[in-house]
Amino acid sequence: MTTTSHETTPVLRLPGTAALAATVAGGVLAAASAAMSWTWTDAFPGDLTYYGSPAGLQWLALAGGLLTVLLALASRALPGLRRLSPSGSNNGVLFAALGTLAVCWYSVIAITVQLDGLVNLDPGGWVSAVGSLLAVVGALGLPLDRRTAVQQPAVAWWWYLVAAVAAVLRYGLGEGWALNAVPTGVRPIVTENLWFFVALPAGIVGFKLWLLLNAWLRIGRIERPLPAARALPSWAEILVITAVFAVGLGVVEFGISTEYGELFIGFLLLVVFGTAALLSSGVIARLRELTVRHRAVTTGAAFAAAGAFPFTQSGETYVLIGANILIFATVALGLNVVVGLAGLLDLGYVAFLGVGAYAAALVSGSPYSVFRGVHVPFPVAALIGALAALVFGVVIGAPTLRLRGDYLAIVTLGFGEIFRIGMNNLDGKSGPSLTNGPNGIAAIPDVNLFGFDFGQPHDFGPVQLGKFGNYLLLMLVVTAIVVVVFGRVANSRIGRAWVAIREDETAAEAMGINGFRVKLIAFALGATLAGLAGAVQAHVSGAVSPDQYQFAGPVPPNSAFLLAAVILGGMGTISGPLVGAALLFLIPAKLQFLQSYQLLAFGIALILLMRFRPEGLIPNRRQQLEFHEADVPAQGGPVDDALTKAGA
Amino acid sequence: MTTDTAPAPLAEPVLEASGVVMRFGGLTAVNQVDLTVRQGEIVGLIGPNGAGKTTFFNCLTGLYVPTEGTVTYKGRVLPPKPHLVTEAGIARTFQNIRLFSNMTVLENVLVGRHTRTKEGLFSAILRGPGYRRAEQESRERAMELLEFCGLAAKSEHLARNLPYGEQRKLEIARALASEPGLLLLDEPTAGMNPQETRAAEELVFAIRDLGIAVLVIEHDMKFIFNLCDRTAVLVQGQKIVEGDRETVQNDERVVAAYLGEPLEGTTTATEADQ
Repeated sequence: MTTTSHETTPVLRLPGTAALAATVAGGVLAAASAAMSWTWTDAFPGDLTYYGSPAGLQWLALAGGLLTVLLALASRALPGLRRLSPSGSNNGVLFAALGTLAVCWYSVIAITVQLDGLVNLDPGGWVSAVGSLLAVVGALGLPLDRRTAVQQPAVAWWWYLVAAVAAVLRYGLGEGWALNAVPTGVRPIVTENLWFFVALPAGIVGFKLWLLLNAWLRIGRIERPLPAARALPSWAEILVITAVFAVGLGVVEFGISTEYGELFIGFLLLVVFGTAALLSSGVIARLRELTVRHRAVTTGAAFAAAGAFPFTQSGETYVLIGANILIFATVALGLNVVVGLAGLLDLGYVAFLGVGAYAAALVSGSPYSVFRGVHVPFPVAALIGALAALVFGVVIGAPTLRLRGDYLAIVTLGFGEIFRIGMNNLDGKSGPSLTNGPNGIAAIPDVNLFGFDFGQPHDFGPVQLGKFGNYLLLMLVVTAIVVVVFGRVANSRIGRAWVAIREDETAAEAMGINGFRVKLIAFALGATLAGLAGAVQAHVSGAVSPDQYQFAGPVPPNSAFLLAAVILGGMGTISGPLVGAALLFLIPAKLQFLQSYQLLAFGIALILLMRFRPEGLIPNRRQQLEFHEADVPAQGGPVDDALTKAGA
Repeated sequence: MTTDTAPAPLAEPVLEASGVVMRFGGLTAVNQVDLTVRQGEIVGLIGPNGAGKTTFFNCLTGLYVPTEGTVTYKGRVLPPKPHLVTEAGIARTFQNIRLFSNMTVLENVLVGRHTRTKEGLFSAILRGPGYRRAEQESRERAMELLEFCGLAAKSEHLARNLPYGEQRKLEIARALASEPGLLLLDEPTAGMNPQETRAAEELVFAIRDLGIAVLVIEHDMKFIFNLCDRTAVLVQGQKIVEGDRETVQNDERVVAAYLGEPLEGTTTATEADQ
């Protein structure tokens, strides 16, 4: 593979400081437009009709505009702002401007399309569109890090033919003559999926346009060593970390409590571009240095931010989403022990969550449990759930872990289904009476710990914490346990043995590692952690039934989504599965309007991610090297030296 | 040359293989091989390609269970599992390097210490003082070994990023971490340049000086004869000769096995054997 060379040049040649001026002016305009009316009816969701009071998408425009202005000024090394752009690259400014453009234009177009006509736009809408465009034009005039040449994959001619045929067919289907050629039985399928005949040509043409744009922009990334940070006193560093997590809490809270799909899409656009901007500017690398230095503070701040979330909410809807995200994320972290560390592909992991949930439900005092009279305190129930999952894990693991790779995956897939079907049949008719069959165990009473009833709202000073707020805090404790266990075990004798087994089982055996034994430990530990989370899940949802624990389905957690969360987030890391799980839970929950196409969109997103970032969003440094072996020059200078060292 | 420091030949035997036979179906890969390695000895095992050297090696390390015959280590019959063999005190390297390439150099050596440490899951989670002490000791010991092999400066590098010669050294360091009484090296100089081979020689002598017996498979005759106190020659699964440099070099059967027989059909030693 040839190494690409880079240059630092503007895309558009603008005179003097005009580029910077345009960027700043555009950013200010976009930010200012947030305080204006964008449309004059409240028919568009969020009611963007007020002057002086931003709402919904306008907040996003404000944030994007401000970020653009700040980064643009920081790139000129203005005192006080220098810390915002340690890498000195202007690409961050461009990404921020593009994010603003995406949000503003998306809003304007959505208003125009939904309300049918440009006439629905108020001056604010126009200002935001023009301002964000001006910012992008200005940013393109700044000296940017670019590749000198872009490899251009060709689009074969017959793709255009396919596009043309699809377009003609769409027209013909509308006119009727093409429909007549379709057999009657298939007709409803065709008429219900007319979008396909639009999406296909649009995709092909869009891809070509993207290639042309890419060839014109040639945006690249130059790895520059960051200049040494000016030393801050450690209290100031801790303050910075706290502030960052406070901002993070704000962002996540905004994302979780978006009330309509348009706002969530705008949020996603801004987050993606904003993250790219901060990565390019080097802020994220700088923050990572800080967090590595203050690991305990960082972990504490993260948990404090998560714990503060329910207190910022007035209703319970989004708190429940938060609690479910935590359950899903914790189980994904448990799966990361098995998949990420020990390298065992487990396709039936959700069964362990189910075992924990069922075990806890059976002893919860629910009137539908066969042990009706048994009602143990929650910590005991959680312990029973974890132990039941542990036993189940050992029983399944002992015979199957002698298999390797694909065989293990298939067997675990089978066991996952056996669990679900078994729970369905243990209803007293098809089998012994234990689980109530498909009805499951409902009416699980709320947790009551030392007189604190989790089902009732409680006042904490001025704020009230409702039922799901209580459970979120309880779940947070479980998450903390799992995080501590994962972090400690990963960096220990057993953790190293897991990685060694994953890397080369024969060599690991020759180094004295009992492969079967350590794999069984990984399997059992993963199962136990899932069982623990399951015990909480049973109480949060108030009922357990077999169909909650499927291999795949539109609602997480299920085995496929859990595995996807681990791989999407990054195998072998702690924060990876947590972030991956949060995204995988939020995206389907927020994109309800996609309806039956949710799984399709999900699949496409996964394919794209695996194509462009196979190591996951927050990769383990090792895995990143594994996947991008060819990109790293073999021998060399200071940059390579930094790359060859494994950061944790 | 440090060969002069070889100890008296009749030290205590570390490894005793007697009558080892390994059959795969109808194929007899190793046939009635006896081999003794004594304390502080470096023994070489040579032979043409396909002679059964690596198969014999695998019988010694528990990867294969011999069809017939016994292998004892310090008087105890070897258990049939690789990890138990390592625990008993035999460590090995591989013909094609098998490092844990995405672990750091230090972590590779720490994995080698697996059998000499006992910390389990719960002590790792609880992190009591005992755990910390053991982990600290392990790290110190591992760093000593890296120092010994000349890799200390690269302890935080990923194993995959080391140059070839250093990967070989790391494999040896990893094997030494299991505190073996006998080290088996499978072609330690394959693919090395002369300087690296020279460094490898020094390393093997240094290992012997630690009191560890070494059994080495090699194709590089110069390397073998510089290094080994005794050399055994394996041809078609059978040991045809064993002895010092002169004995082996002057043995007609060895010459025949490597170079072929003389054109004139005089009776060679190999034929006389059969």
